[in-house]
Amino acid sequence: MKKSNLTIAVLSGKGGTGKTLLSVNLAAAAETAVYLDCDVEEPNGHLFFQPEITSEETVSAKIPLIDYNRCNGCRTCVDFCKFNALAFIKNKPVLFKDVCHSCGGCVLLCPQKAISEEEKNVGVIQSGMSGQVRVHTGCLNAGEASGIPIIKELLKKSAAETALPVFIDCPPGSACSVMESVKDADYCVLVAEPTVFGVHNLKMVCDLVEVFHKPHGVVLNKCLEEENPAEEFCKEQHVTILGRIPFDSKLGSISSSAKIAVKENNRYRELFSKLLHTIIEEASRETATHPQR
Amino acid sequence: MKQLLILSGKGGTGKTTVAGALIKLSQARAYADCDVDAPNLHLSMAQTAEAERNDYYGMPKARIDAEICIGCGQCEEHCRFDAISNENGYLVDPFSCEGCGVCEAVCPVNAIQMHPSVAGEQMLYRSAHSVFSTAQLRMGSGTSGKLVTEVKKRMLSSLLQETELAIIDGSPGIGCPVIASMSGVSMVLIVTEPSISGISDMERILHTAEIFHTPTCVCANKADVNSELTEKIKRFCEEKQIPFVGTIPYDPAAVTAINSGKTIVDLDCPSGRAVREIFAETMRLL
Amino acid sequence: MKIAIPMNEQSMHTDVCPSFGRAPYFLFYDSVTNEAYYLDNEAVASQGGAGIRAAQVIADRGVKALIAPRCGENAAEVLTKAEVFVYRSIPGTARQNIEAHLNNQLPLLNEFHAGFHGHEKK
Repeated sequence: MKKSNLTIAVLSGKGGTGKTLLSVNLAAAAETAVYLDCDVEEPNGHLFFQPEITSEETVSAKIPLIDYNRCNGCRTCVDFCKFNALAFIKNKPVLFKDVCHSCGGCVLLCPQKAISEEEKNVGVIQSGMSGQVRVHTGCLNAGEASGIPIIKELLKKSAAETALPVFIDCPPGSACSVMESVKDADYCVLVAEPTVFGVHNLKMVCDLVEVFHKPHGVVLNKCLEEENPAEEFCKEQHVTILGRIPFDSKLGSISSSAKIAVKENNRYRELFSKLLHTIIEEASRETATHPQR
Repeated sequence: MKQLLILSGKGGTGKTTVAGALIKLSQARAYADCDVDAPNLHLSMAQTAEAERNDYYGMPKARIDAEICIGCGQCEEHCRFDAISNENGYLVDPFSCEGCGVCEAVCPVNAIQMHPSVAGEQMLYRSAHSVFSTAQLRMGSGTSGKLVTEVKKRMLSSLLQETELAIIDGSPGIGCPVIASMSGVSMVLIVTEPSISGISDMERILHTAEIFHTPTCVCANKADVNSELTEKIKRFCEEKQIPFVGTIPYDPAAVTAINSGKTIVDLDCPSGRAVREIFAETMRLL
Repeated sequence: MKIAIPMNEQSMHTDVCPSFGRAPYFLFYDSVTNEAYYLDNEAVASQGGAGIRAAQVIADRGVKALIAPRCGENAAEVLTKAEVFVYRSIPGTARQNIEAHLNNQLPLLNEFHAGFHGHEKK
């Protein structure tokens, strides 16, 4: 299917820089858009959008199901499991569902073919509308090891969308869940705050998006009048600066109450619309010269 | 010896800023940065000595020996993590590989071996006055309690004599790295911020601390950004009988301090003054 | 009776380790023969499920009583099913805890914390 839309991933490295603030307000400024919350451990976008939920789907992963009648206590499965999800007690394997990484190894290797598979719920995806923005929120269940299966399901929604812009709110950091979230993105927006702490983490996400050959640019958030180490970094490393959001206690206050700034007043609507326009222009140019599809 | 752990729940509330200030004020002889995914404490705590470094090994990663590989594709077929692809021969993507060992087990010609993989680096800084243990996880690695435990262990095994207080800068979230950092601490100080997201995450971290029976106290940073919510935090703490040890105003001078590699108590500024009171109160409880 | 205790150092005159799953060593003590030996805790190398692995090691060695300050719920499940009793340690050395246990002074540990992947749904 030919896509005419763009998928924009918003990430930051350091927590609290304004990733959700930006992705929520960009989607709101676009008016008709898709917003995916891939921060499945602590999804916050829905607090801003307050979407009317129209569907909820459970996401599951496969776990082993042991037939104890066939099991002869050889311990092959227990000794193979790299994740310590199987213990051997009173001559039988005992499964710890929360620790299982669903690799399927025990099923394959059981000499008695005593292990089959069943599904376990790892989380949910709630979908709904907030105005003309379609909101999909991924939520990981208590005790689960990995949010990656949920992120994979969320990304299917962006793959299916060919017309509207898609905004992906990524998890903080640069661990495997972040990598999964950016895999299908056309363009990455990195949010940076003007502190040396922020720059240190900005470097890591820059490395990450470069590993995946993703065109990217930086939005400098909470800008003060002083020297901005994040801006220095971008200039030194020739990273595109997409725009600046000045430090603004009113904006901070609005966002702390989980309100969408774009909806609160025209000044913010203009600010984020301009940013959106710049990002779309930049992203379109980059993807035209470096097509990935 | 007492151990004070600083946590936040939500990222960006000012945990490391507060931790740095408390370390300076208390002259703690031992401190550690357990935010191994994005460590920042070293940027405020100038060190004179070179770090003692060692590699940290995470889950082993699979490697396919192209010379032995017969191209049967069994590995790709059985990999549940989409970590194996065949473009010019079968190759494992180390970022997606979770080290499960299935490909190694199913390969009919033993072309695949699991190799130890460096997932990060540990650093220990020693001076006449203190020891500082920190680490950096490599990108794409799964965060786990293991590295956090190693960072703490390193600090504890390198203690100088007569160390009365150790301060640990924890990581955001409520998962594995946080729980690992809680083991053995005398008290947790939660740095929260007056936002809906911040309060929500504060509640989750409080619940986790409860399970561990660790005494907890709370302070609110950037408190004047939303005074209504700051009041909500205070009321919540009162209800739950959790000591509320103070507030810190939003302070641009804090940014100046941090950006010059200092802590907020190295300058005379509102946030520095506020954190001194929090320090006094926290030490009293400890 | 075989007793196991998580330890930071290989000496019975040092304190019990605050962590079970990631303790560097386990002390195994036989109250009948008065013999003691230490094992490196192989669970320390685990990314996850350290408690389960550590509990497996304990269960495999015919231990009847584990003395520890805390224990995760996954480890507790392994130990309970393997019929190992878990007692709450008192502050102090391994030697002091063993004596307390042999004098029936240690309570059973009956509160277990969540595993290390304790995320909560909002």
